[in-house]
Amino acid sequence: MTPAIRTEGLSKAFTLHLQGGTRIPVLGGVDLAVHPGECVALWGPSGAGKSTLMRCLYGNYGAGAGRIMLRHGAGEIDLVSADPRDVIAARRETLGYVSQFLRVIPRVATRDIVAEPMIARGVPREEALARGTALLHRLNLPERLHGLPPATFSGGEQQRVNLARGFAPGYPVLLLDEPTASLDAANRAVVMALINEAKAAGTAIIGIFHDAEVREAVADRLFEVLPHQDAA
Amino acid sequence: MTTPLLTAEGLNLHFGAIAALRDVAIDITAGEVVAIVGESGSGKTTLLRVLSGLMAPDSGTVRWLGQDVHAMGEAARRRLMRTDWGFVHQNPRDGLRLAVSAGGNVGERLMAVGARHYGNIRGEALSWLAKVEIDATRIDDLPRTFSGGMQQRLQIARTLVTRPKLVFMDEPTGGLDVSVQARLLDLIRSLSRELGLAVLIVTHDIAAARLLADRILVMRRGEVVEQGLTDRVLDDPQHPYTQLLVSSVLAA
Repeated sequence: MTPAIRTEGLSKAFTLHLQGGTRIPVLGGVDLAVHPGECVALWGPSGAGKSTLMRCLYGNYGAGAGRIMLRHGAGEIDLVSADPRDVIAARRETLGYVSQFLRVIPRVATRDIVAEPMIARGVPREEALARGTALLHRLNLPERLHGLPPATFSGGEQQRVNLARGFAPGYPVLLLDEPTASLDAANRAVVMALINEAKAAGTAIIGIFHDAEVREAVADRLFEVLPHQDAA
Repeated sequence: MTTPLLTAEGLNLHFGAIAALRDVAIDITAGEVVAIVGESGSGKTTLLRVLSGLMAPDSGTVRWLGQDVHAMGEAARRRLMRTDWGFVHQNPRDGLRLAVSAGGNVGERLMAVGARHYGNIRGEALSWLAKVEIDATRIDDLPRTFSGGMQQRLQIARTLVTRPKLVFMDEPTGGLDVSVQARLLDLIRSLSRELGLAVLIVTHDIAAARLLADRILVMRRGEVVEQGLTDRVLDDPQHPYTQLLVSSVLAA
């Protein structure tokens, strides 16, 4: 079976033009393949480039070299070289990302923020709202908050909005950056259950999990990300 | 990939010794929001004017569905501006008729494309006023009695009532209250998603561009120095000027 997402020789360096053109290599020759139903935890010391790898996988950072092949639609798309419009389509249909930060248009209600990616995929509005609401309830976000914009929510509440938005559409590939960082034990358990249900449904998951309990509960294997000089 | 609605290639324009546009190329497809950012004097507004046929380039072509915009003649271009295109000006007073009621401003554009039934026109005007959150009781008031934010929303309703395929927007949220800006951003984005509207928006507001645009073009001294997926350009800028622009924005 072909992987849901794989990288070939993925490299990434940053050139800081405002700092005299300093070049910081972060990733070199990363080969990672994740299959449907599998959860891979990125593993490595702080600063090794785990988050950079995640952002490359989402197309948020451009890659310096290599390919990121995503199984999308009837074929595969290389997120490194794809036209922005194709990356947007891949994100709409195939590739979800739960980042640590919620970045949304102000004054939009939480339930609409959660429903939006489903509506973009063609789910009827009412159904999208119902599915979003059910997931917000499951994540213990009280009903009275659903109609409010999340700007004034606590870190943990915002994270749960982000999780609902990321899990509700059912993307074939899901990237999770510290999905339980601001959550209490009860909500951590909900997230672990969501991840395991997504795996059972065939979702390929790549995550950064600093919490050992979560990592052990959901990850099938670790993928080591080493600081660039060590990896060379 | 779908065929672009508007395609421009090799656009050059000089004002005396100053290059306002240098070999600019751009295209936009249905349902896309594309932002053009850059400092004042970078050529953003000039580009918008050239793309919408208001100003002719020294060289290069602009094509609308394959047809050369600058070769089509004034009458055909005006017809486009009334039907398939809309233009939202930075100053709403440039896009509104101040001596005509709010409902008239919206209805007038419908009549310009052939609507004649008064009841339908008024009904449509009311529905668009509701979309931009202007109270129905204000339909017979003159726009000059409206606040700046309401005027801007009225201009957007007037522009969108004929269901254009492409809207050019020149700093549409500049000078508005932050709360009104947010409402307009949400409105523009949902219209693009729901109606397949293409939006070409000039702004110096990087935060607004991030929330609104699918793609972004960074201009400096008449040149597009960097372009691509909005979040990639803003989070992983490659060009020194883009890095400076992004690092100069206050985190919001």
